[in-house]
Amino acid sequence: MASGIKDKVAIIGMGCSRFGERWDAGTDTLLAEAFDEALADAGIERSQIDAAWTGSCFDRINVGNSAVPAATALRLDGIPVSRMENMCATGTEALRGAAYAVASGAVDIALAVGSEKLKDTGYGGLPVQTKGTFNDLWLPMVSAPAGFAQLAAGYRAHHHIAKDDLKRAMAHVSWKSHQNGVHSPKAHLRKAIAMDSILNAPMIADPLGLFDCCGVSDGAAAAIVTTPEIARSLGKRDLVTVKAVQLSISSGIESTTSKWDGSYVRNTRTAAAKAYTEAGIKNPRTELGLIEVHDCFSITELVTMEDLNLSEPGRAVHDILDGFYDRDGRVPCQIDGGLKCFGHPIGASGLRMAYEVYNQLLGRAGDRQLPGVSLGLTHNLGGVPYLGVAAVSVLGLH
Amino acid sequence: MAFGITAWGAYVPRLRLERSAIAATHAWMAPSLNGLARGRRAYCSWDEDVVTMAVEAARLCLGKRNRAEIREIHLASTTAPSADLQSSAIAAVALRLPSSVRAFDVGGSQRAAVSALGMALRRTGEPTLIIGSERMRARPASAQEMQYGAGAAAFLIGGADVAAEMLGSASMTTLLVDHFRAAGAAYDYFWEERWIRDEGYLKVGADAVRQALRDANVAAGAVTKFIFPSPFKGIAEVIAKSVGLSPASIAESLESNCGFAGTAHAPLMLANTLDQSSPGDIVVVAGFGQGSDVLVLRVTDAIAAARPTKSVGEVIEAGVGVQSYAQMATFYGEIAPDYGMRAERDTKTALTEQFRSSDQINGFVAGKCSSCGQVQFPQLAYCVLCQASADAFEPVCLAEEDAQVLTYTADALTYHPSPPMYVGFAQFDIGARLLMEFVDVDPNTFDVGTRLQMRFRIKERDPTRDYRRYFWKAAPTS
Repeated sequence: MASGIKDKVAIIGMGCSRFGERWDAGTDTLLAEAFDEALADAGIERSQIDAAWTGSCFDRINVGNSAVPAATALRLDGIPVSRMENMCATGTEALRGAAYAVASGAVDIALAVGSEKLKDTGYGGLPVQTKGTFNDLWLPMVSAPAGFAQLAAGYRAHHHIAKDDLKRAMAHVSWKSHQNGVHSPKAHLRKAIAMDSILNAPMIADPLGLFDCCGVSDGAAAAIVTTPEIARSLGKRDLVTVKAVQLSISSGIESTTSKWDGSYVRNTRTAAAKAYTEAGIKNPRTELGLIEVHDCFSITELVTMEDLNLSEPGRAVHDILDGFYDRDGRVPCQIDGGLKCFGHPIGASGLRMAYEVYNQLLGRAGDRQLPGVSLGLTHNLGGVPYLGVAAVSVLGLH
Repeated sequence: MAFGITAWGAYVPRLRLERSAIAATHAWMAPSLNGLARGRRAYCSWDEDVVTMAVEAARLCLGKRNRAEIREIHLASTTAPSADLQSSAIAAVALRLPSSVRAFDVGGSQRAAVSALGMALRRTGEPTLIIGSERMRARPASAQEMQYGAGAAAFLIGGADVAAEMLGSASMTTLLVDHFRAAGAAYDYFWEERWIRDEGYLKVGADAVRQALRDANVAAGAVTKFIFPSPFKGIAEVIAKSVGLSPASIAESLESNCGFAGTAHAPLMLANTLDQSSPGDIVVVAGFGQGSDVLVLRVTDAIAAARPTKSVGEVIEAGVGVQSYAQMATFYGEIAPDYGMRAERDTKTALTEQFRSSDQINGFVAGKCSSCGQVQFPQLAYCVLCQASADAFEPVCLAEEDAQVLTYTADALTYHPSPPMYVGFAQFDIGARLLMEFVDVDPNTFDVGTRLQMRFRIKERDPTRDYRRYFWKAAPTS
């Protein structure tokens, strides 16, 4: 394996817009909110940016396709700007592009920015889209919750867990995130939810009820990266560096052969293993100080705890109910409220997670601040559990 | 050389509506419907039409028989989905009949299926598949809405293992317009029932039966079963009395749990009769409309071996009652409920892609890798497991393969004409796996491990261009 990019790239500035139903803001405004904060945090001028990666998932309701609309919105003149789109991993993909450019020595300072304007559709949930001319002929048009709800059936069957027990653990996932989200000023949903409300919510895709699903929001987030050397030269003392960014994508094994049992996400396992190697992590359960994972749905977070090798196979239900991932647990998960409370503006989410880890590492997380954090992880899942992409990044103090 | 019916099979949609529920809906303006409010009628789900029902009936009819020998397919219907897109061709590809098969759509009259059956039996030619299939609309609160059902039946005509041979036949053509439906119109327009009975059934119909019996040299008293389909009650009885057939010969009308299925009704009744026939039985079957076609058949010793794995009685008994008039009215386009903005998604079909992948999509053909043996759907350029070239894939049809549920959910968020959409992975016993829509689901018993069999259905409708695309779905094994 290649030596990787551990500690070759430092994050010197990050920004995050307020997430929510931003009836007041178009994509350009959201991008600007995140960008302005990142520029100020980095203490650099727009003109010092050598290249940019901009992420957004849906063409029709955003600024449009290609990198041109985002470059125009942020007035990035004459520099290379590339658009990233890899479903829900888009934000992390933008960060990966910028980080690789810096690590390669091709540029000194790069911008990663992601955004999504989901609330311009006229209806709730994600926009409906086609899957390509051939796939449309045979693939059922499942909603996102239906793609992930199948994990519950697979997990339940594989581990012989009763429906009610699994539902209770799933409910705890959402309950915990809502508890945390109260303390996130930029979150969309900032209200604690009672367990009973979660358990008895209307069904969206069996067994996922309304509160098993993350919010649908508008938002943007941005990161400015450079080398640790340049960061020091810019006067930065506490440095957050990228320890690892890894990606894994489906080739059809899970969805076409019998080599997947339906109870886990193969891509997460692959990406996590590579990321741990790149970052030099031997035991994630003891080494990671916090994790921001892709809790698009409660069941996703549950199986992700096993896929990230934090809980033993079949034990996530118990770790979750024991509070291992709660705010005061050993590995706090979604300390900012996660997708559950921020919602999931696709192109922004990966960078929003990095924003929280970055701020926790620098001790700037306000009411949410966890003590003694030196290493954190972000995780994204794009597409569906059986046909998609997983991104895992590890950020830490240098 | 003997030539005749060698196999048969039928399909009736699973959905049933109590006729009393229809009558209750319209009682405010049509209280007289209560007089017809006994039993249940079958109706098509949103994804069933003349083509899908024809394919299902033919699959049951053909069983494990060699489909490569079939030289002709005739699909009879007055409710084919397209005016210019051959239903029989869609069915032929779904059934994987040889591409050299001659395909014919016949229609124009509710007697069309019996006409086609008689033509094939008279020719003593090559193996021929005759299918009658019908999905009729009826104006809300009309008598037809109470009387009509839906279904299909298929017959394989050939020279080996003949289970029923034709002894004689008669055809009459007159211009007695008992009802009509203009091209593209939704509903039938009926004349008075008493006139149709007296001048139509009792003169034209009965005369044709007499002529057929003479042609077959069969005495009226020798007839074991008499099939004369009609949406009206008691028609076969009055004809039988007029002709001298025994009351015991009147075939089951399928009225109580299915309803009148137009062109498909005589085929359904014939299939039901053959299910229960014994060697030597004489069966008279008629089609009616602008005259009449009547066939006189004799059941042979081969009847027992020819029976399909599922009888018409079993198919009809599998019906499930849905106490919602609105659902039937929605599926038949009588009302257009608000499905929300998600229903606005464009479902335009790339006809180029449809042709390229016709074997995969309509024939449900997976590829078996010649290097590692993995059976895979869809077939892409390389093997999913060993990356060998697809050039060496061996075609394996999944339509008749058994599977079971690996994962599932009931998707209440996505647009679906009959929410929630049951969806998940079907794991085939031969190793293939794909995400499929599940149909005919009983939520109380459906779970991981539920055994599945395949169904040919409408995948999606394209309301903008009035086109429908078909694919396979999985249903609990029944």
